[in-house]
Amino acid sequence: MNKITKYIYSAAGPILSIIISLIFGAVLIALIGKNPIDIYTKMFSDTIGNSYGFGQVMFKSTTLIFTGLAAAFAFKAGLFNIGAEGQLTIGAFASAWVGITFVNFPWQIIIPLSLLAAFIGGAFWAGIAGYLKARFGSHEVINTIMLNFIAMALVSYIVNNIYLVPATIHTPEISPESVLLRFDILTGMFKGSPFNLSFPIAIGACILMYLIINKSVLGYRIRTYGFNPFAAEYAKMKSGRIILWSMAVSGGLAGLGGLNFVNGYKHYFELGLSENAGYIGIAVALIARNNPFAIIPVSIFFGILEYGGLTVNTLVPKEIVTIMQGIIILLIIAVTKIFEKKFKVKTV
Amino acid sequence: MQEILTAAFVLQTFRISIPYLLPSLGAVYSEKGGVVNIALEGMLLSGAFAAIIGIYYTGSVLTGIVCSLLAGIIVSILHGLITITFKANQIVSGIALNIFAFGITKFFCKLIFGSSSNSPRVIGLESWGLPFNPFLLICVLILIITVFAINRTKFGLRLKAVGQNPEAADSLGISVSKMRYMGVIISGALAGLGGAWLALDQHSFTDGMSAGRGYIALAAMIIGKWKPTGAALACLLFGLAESFTLQFQSSGVPTQFIQMLPYLLTIIVLAGFIGKATPPAADGIPYEKKD
Amino acid sequence: MREQTANSVSVQLIDIVKSFQAGYNANDHVNFSAYPGEIHALIGENGAGKSTLMNILYGMYQADSGKILINGKEAKFRSPADAIKLGVGMVHQHFMLVNTFSVLENIILGDEDTFRFDVIDMKRSKQKVIELKKSFEINVELDDISGGLAVGIQQKIEILKLLYRNAEIMILDEPTAILTPQETEELFKTLAELKNSGKTIILITHKLGEVLAISDRVTVLRRGKVTGILKTNQTSSNELAKMITGRSIESQVIKKSAGGEKIILEVNDLYINNDRGSLAINGISLIIKEGEIFGIAGVEGNGQEELAEAICGLRKISKGTINIAGIDDFKKSIAHIPANRHKYGIVKEFTLEENLILGREKEENFSNGWILNNKKINEFSEVIIEEYDIRPENSKALMEGLSGGNQQKAVAAREMTKNSDLVVISHPTRGLDILASEFVHRTILEESKKGKAILLISSDLSELLKLSDKIAVMYNGRITGELDPKSTNENEIGEYMTGLKSNKR
Repeated sequence: MNKITKYIYSAAGPILSIIISLIFGAVLIALIGKNPIDIYTKMFSDTIGNSYGFGQVMFKSTTLIFTGLAAAFAFKAGLFNIGAEGQLTIGAFASAWVGITFVNFPWQIIIPLSLLAAFIGGAFWAGIAGYLKARFGSHEVINTIMLNFIAMALVSYIVNNIYLVPATIHTPEISPESVLLRFDILTGMFKGSPFNLSFPIAIGACILMYLIINKSVLGYRIRTYGFNPFAAEYAKMKSGRIILWSMAVSGGLAGLGGLNFVNGYKHYFELGLSENAGYIGIAVALIARNNPFAIIPVSIFFGILEYGGLTVNTLVPKEIVTIMQGIIILLIIAVTKIFEKKFKVKTV
Repeated sequence: MQEILTAAFVLQTFRISIPYLLPSLGAVYSEKGGVVNIALEGMLLSGAFAAIIGIYYTGSVLTGIVCSLLAGIIVSILHGLITITFKANQIVSGIALNIFAFGITKFFCKLIFGSSSNSPRVIGLESWGLPFNPFLLICVLILIITVFAINRTKFGLRLKAVGQNPEAADSLGISVSKMRYMGVIISGALAGLGGAWLALDQHSFTDGMSAGRGYIALAAMIIGKWKPTGAALACLLFGLAESFTLQFQSSGVPTQFIQMLPYLLTIIVLAGFIGKATPPAADGIPYEKKD
Repeated sequence: MREQTANSVSVQLIDIVKSFQAGYNANDHVNFSAYPGEIHALIGENGAGKSTLMNILYGMYQADSGKILINGKEAKFRSPADAIKLGVGMVHQHFMLVNTFSVLENIILGDEDTFRFDVIDMKRSKQKVIELKKSFEINVELDDISGGLAVGIQQKIEILKLLYRNAEIMILDEPTAILTPQETEELFKTLAELKNSGKTIILITHKLGEVLAISDRVTVLRRGKVTGILKTNQTSSNELAKMITGRSIESQVIKKSAGGEKIILEVNDLYINNDRGSLAINGISLIIKEGEIFGIAGVEGNGQEELAEAICGLRKISKGTINIAGIDDFKKSIAHIPANRHKYGIVKEFTLEENLILGREKEENFSNGWILNNKKINEFSEVIIEEYDIRPENSKALMEGLSGGNQQKAVAAREMTKNSDLVVISHPTRGLDILASEFVHRTILEESKKGKAILLISSDLSELLKLSDKIAVMYNGRITGELDPKSTNENEIGEYMTGLKSNKR
């Protein structure tokens, strides 16, 4: 089978799934008594049709790029990180803590420090699951779920008892030096939207993941372990180390996602900021077939959906988008399997 | 110590434990058969919503309960379709179904009640003159039946066989798909029922009211080492801990740490610190016949 | 064909055709029949279609065309359940046991006696099984958990499973492949019991000795076709061998002058545990010099794999020493062609060139320790493709698209070009066609001529006789014989392999 037909098969599944979910969404819209075409048109024009809407979309997709990369990186090692939700929370809080604590530092120092804190926070949190898997063989799926809830409770305790601004559920503001500027301030474009400098960091992360996975010895070993752990053992690769590193980098990427909200948008840490971005990241990675560059457009697509839901919320409950997200994921995994069987193509 | 052991405290413990217990027993059925069921959360939520809808339209609690069973079963059939028939990844399917259930309950809540965050108040369960919720009896019965079904019956033996070594079961003429579907559907029904309990207890539906209980149920099943009695004890333990914090809110133990307890315990158990916790050998792996 | 009344034939397969890939029939118009009270051996090389045929009889596969007659009546099997109902049972090569179940639970699974509400009547089932145990003299503890039991016992469970289901027609797929000689002997006793009670026993095997020892009749398959149906007492191993391979076997010896004097590998009084924690290697010492090919023969499962893994640093040693010349940290760079190349030797999702650096990715040539040097890797790959004649000649081709022979060439190329004076090779030509096998053999000889010391583990005796300078036979974790390939033959090696003979200790 040549490359082009392979790409067509690879793309056909996701596209088919998206179309079916749009149809399902249309049925629900019609059920409410609205015209699906009107709603979809509005969704479309309010998101990528104007510069504010587009800025909002890009803001939403920035977080998804990070969580998508997180899922994809772990997938490369054959690991399943469904803890991006918690890792993002820990990363976001770590970054906020830096911004609140080191008030007198200039941006040249505090921005890299915030980045580092977000990465290390997420990496540490995922690293726990990695360590447990490497050391005791306990399954990372269950552990990352459990760690999600522990992260939420832990951060809730700290915010409620140490950093709370009364009558809110968020911390005090971070120092202005640690703010990642919005594009509308920098360029005048995307007027008023929270689209900010986290985006280029996200693009950088994509490139970094590509380089690590495809060009480095570590990446080669991660892929070997991911495809065939027995071959990795035969080749004397240290599987424990691969697991730990893969999970840590994966969690670090999710942690960086916290920057978008904390340093780029609200300038404080707020409970519940992850808003399912960790879970949607898994869908992003699946659709993008773990390709770090494909993750960008797929994230933007999900960004359109998420912000699109908000734009039509007065006409149709925005949950219609949540429903569609669920359906897309279900269809994609089913359709991929069917394609594999029917056409004997290995896709992921 | 005396004031802890009041009847009210005991009942409260049960009240908290039941919505863990039912889906947790459900998880035992599903996972013994080899299907990981993260979708419990969504099944619980759908069950709660369906129960309210049923009661809202018919005024009958019984109809509500039947609706909750049906809702749980529908979600579980979807899970079965994706993971057993199409053999797709069980974890991803579970996550997607949770997202789907969260969205669709809110959507119809808005559509039917005009608010996407909560329903109007509906009637609850009559006490039938008992000093406690009669639903409790049903739950105890379900526990007993489950212990029996898993350990003593043909169904249980075959279910465990397809979860441990589906190829062996297949070679003996046992339909792996059929057994797995049964496990998943029972888990859906039980999780749905758990949702009905939640809804009846609160007399209304609020968005995302399952609030992670499906995951706690999963955790309880793991702590209980994939055994019905173990899962039930773990659920009771969690209920007890929560009940305790409610009783002594000023005791100084932050609620967040009590909330963490089930999750921390799960991690510890999985790491093998408290005996060995081994899942069924084929748990999470779709069965694909070689040819 | 012989005259037989239709009723006395228990199994008749008529004109069976089964194809898995277009253009090649795994079973090509096969006819087969067996009688009650006979042990019928079905023999042939790997891939001759034996297992396919029996899986059709057992309902696992459905034939494309042809008929199955059980006791003279036509039967349609859509699944094993259908076959079980008509009294057909099969003991698979890989046992089909639920490890966590008790022996009894495994036996009754799928055919449970029950009270009301489907509650299992364990007492009744147990009584039944105890009676079966008695009448066929099969000894197993019914309450043991199946998972930890020895393979011989697990096989007994499998046989009891069939008896419990009243199977009259019993298929055994390579039942002795992983048994010790004692276990094999016990199995044969049981089979004789079963035969005497009037069961039809079909034995899939490729061991001629067994065929001659216990079967009544033999059907030979070659490339999906029947090449002979014979009475065992009217044939010989030579005749059978000819029918199996289509030629008479003459092991051609391509001997070269022996190597140098330098000792490359020295193993001293080695003890190793297997995965279950019992002794796999029970005191082995051996020496391999440069340029020497040291062959190890033996029935699989007598410790050969554990020995190879220990030498390559993949398995812990419990006692003794392994010294390899010139390598302090020998774990790093022993060339090793593993027995199961699909599982260990390749990553099928990788490209050819990525596979060629597996385990060598940190070598100076291929990376600076952190970053891969893709240009150098590609250059290396192009050279290897040329030298080892790997098809397709494309470094970026995915490994899974390569034929078995080309995959093995790639593995051999990767390992032979490693900077290692010692090469450990297990079953290098298993599953390969004749041309690819020849190529691999030539490569092994050439490398040994260059001075490499080679440890060659194989169950293919002709391969060992053809290549080795010395042959050691392993039996039960020990070397029971060291033989000179020039003066020995397959029969003699066979006697050592089965523990009949020993020239050590």
